[in-house]
Order: sequence, then structure tokens, then C-alpha cells
Amino acid sequence: MTRLLLIAAVLAVATAIGLWWRARNGRYTAVDPTVLAAADAAPDFPAATEQLGPDEIGAPLGSRATFVQLSSEVCAPCRRTHAVLETLVAEHDDLAHVDLDVTEHLDLVRRFHVLRTPTTLLLDPRGVVVGRLSGGTDRHHALAALDRLPVTSPRSTP
Amino acid sequence: MSNPQSAAAPADAPAGIDPRGPRVGAGITAVLLIVVLLLPSPASVVVLAVVVASFALGAVRGVGGTWQGAVYRRLVRPRLAAPTELEDPRPPRFAQLVGLVITGLGLLLALFGVAWAVPVAAALALVAAFLNAVFGLCLGCEMYLLGVRLRSRAA
Repeated sequence: MTRLLLIAAVLAVATAIGLWWRARNGRYTAVDPTVLAAADAAPDFPAATEQLGPDEIGAPLGSRATFVQLSSEVCAPCRRTHAVLETLVAEHDDLAHVDLDVTEHLDLVRRFHVLRTPTTLLLDPRGVVVGRLSGGTDRHHALAALDRLPVTSPRSTP
Repeated sequence: MSNPQSAAAPADAPAGIDPRGPRVGAGITAVLLIVVLLLPSPASVVVLAVVVASFALGAVRGVGGTWQGAVYRRLVRPRLAAPTELEDPRPPRFAQLVGLVITGLGLLLALFGVAWAVPVAAALALVAAFLNAVFGLCLGCEMYLLGVRLRSRAA
């Protein structure tokens, strides 16, 4: 009887983990707008903010937004996320998508405190990291993230 | 715009496998692990050893090379429609390796007389196998990046 209860408890814990994981996937977390605004106003912009350049991600930035996906070899959701974002970018010429392997970009992993794959950083036209998508991302998640892109500040490049 | 140079891009990936295979296999493994938790001492160690051997097969040959993979191909797949998408075989193979480490450690400790290692290892592996079968979540794969970070810090 105790064994059956133990098994039931183990399965209940696993179910709770699974439901939590599923709800979290693809959720977009924006960088606090006050942090972005403060960094923008700082005299040493862009050094005061987290910004990525084309040389760091190995591709040109999108004129509206860039998805910087961090993936690993052992990650099945990374492949699906890759396909979703590639399709989206193919339909919009103002978007860009790069898919980087975490083992080759540990500096980015550390700098942005990435703990799981895929994690997709969302960059504004200047390359400023404005938010991130955590976990497997579908089209709906990606579009929702784009909707929350902050209005670009006057200091932005055209 | 895309970046095909990445190692994570599907371009250089090996041939895809039916993603339902590993999940069915994880379900079979989960049932075996429940049996481990239900059986008394010597019998539970024997069943755990079977699970360890299966994970070892999967870690070496990939999920398709296990007997659970064969069960899926022979009995389950003929009754299903063709898969709508194929999956890279490397993530599920890595999951087999994680399963091998957890259950293998439990078996080893049990052989050295640590009796509680069997239910603990079986329970941990059951959580992982259940999550894989029901939710398609590969726990070891989620933790892979944490491992990479730790290893590079140690180096």
C-alpha cells in the first residue's frame, strides 16, 4: 500500500513539473522598460545597455527586430523553434533570425544568463536586447513577442 | 535571413526518426520502473538491471536500437499514420545516456549493499520517463546547458 502511494506521489510530482514546463514554454519576458529607458538616456549609450552587433551574431540585424536563438545539439524543441522562426522571417523582410549553438557561444550564454535551450533573445533595430523567449516557441509566441517590441527611441538608427 | 553555419541547424543533422518512437519507449520504461518500485528486494534489482541494460543499448545505438524501439516499430507504428515530422535522433539518444547514469548508479549502489538506492533511482528515472512519454519533455536535455556551463567553468 505504501508503495502504491509512493508511486502515486512520484507521478503527481512529475505531472506538476510537466504542466508547469508546458505553460512556461515560449513565454516572452520583456526587459523592464524603465531599465531600457535609463540605459537609453545614459551618456555612455550603448555601453550602458545590453546590445549585440552583427559581428557578434554573425549576421546583419533586421530593420524591425532580430531573433537570436541559442540552441543545443540535444534539444528537440530547438529544431521546431528554428523552423517556426525561419518561416516567420521568410515572410517579413524587416525581421532576421540567427540560430547559434550554445557550446560555441558560451560568452553569450554567460552574459545573458541563459539556463535552457532554446532561449531566443529579441533585439530591436539597434541590436539592443529588449526581451527573451524561453523554451520551445511557436508562431503565436513569436508574434506576441513582436507585438510587445518597444517603440524605438529617437536615438535609434534609421 | 538565416544562418546555416550553426551546428544546431538541421542542415548537418543525421537522418530524422519518428518522434513518437522515443515517447512510446519511455512509456514502456516507465511501466518497468513502476514494477521495480512494486517488487520486493531481489526481484526489483533484477528488473532495474533490465532497465539499465536497455538504457545502455539506447545510449550506444540510439533509441531505434533498443528493444523498446523494436516494439514500437513492430507493434505500434503499423497502426499509426505516417509521422507528420521527423526528429533529430541525438536528443533522445542523450536522454538514454542520462537514464543510464541515473539507473546505473542506483544498480551499482544496490550491488554494494545500499538497498535504498534502488527505489530512489527508480523514482527519479520514473519522473523523467513519465515526463518524456506524457509531455514530450526531455528532462536531461533541459539540463544539458547547465552541465555545459558547469564543465566550462571547471575547465
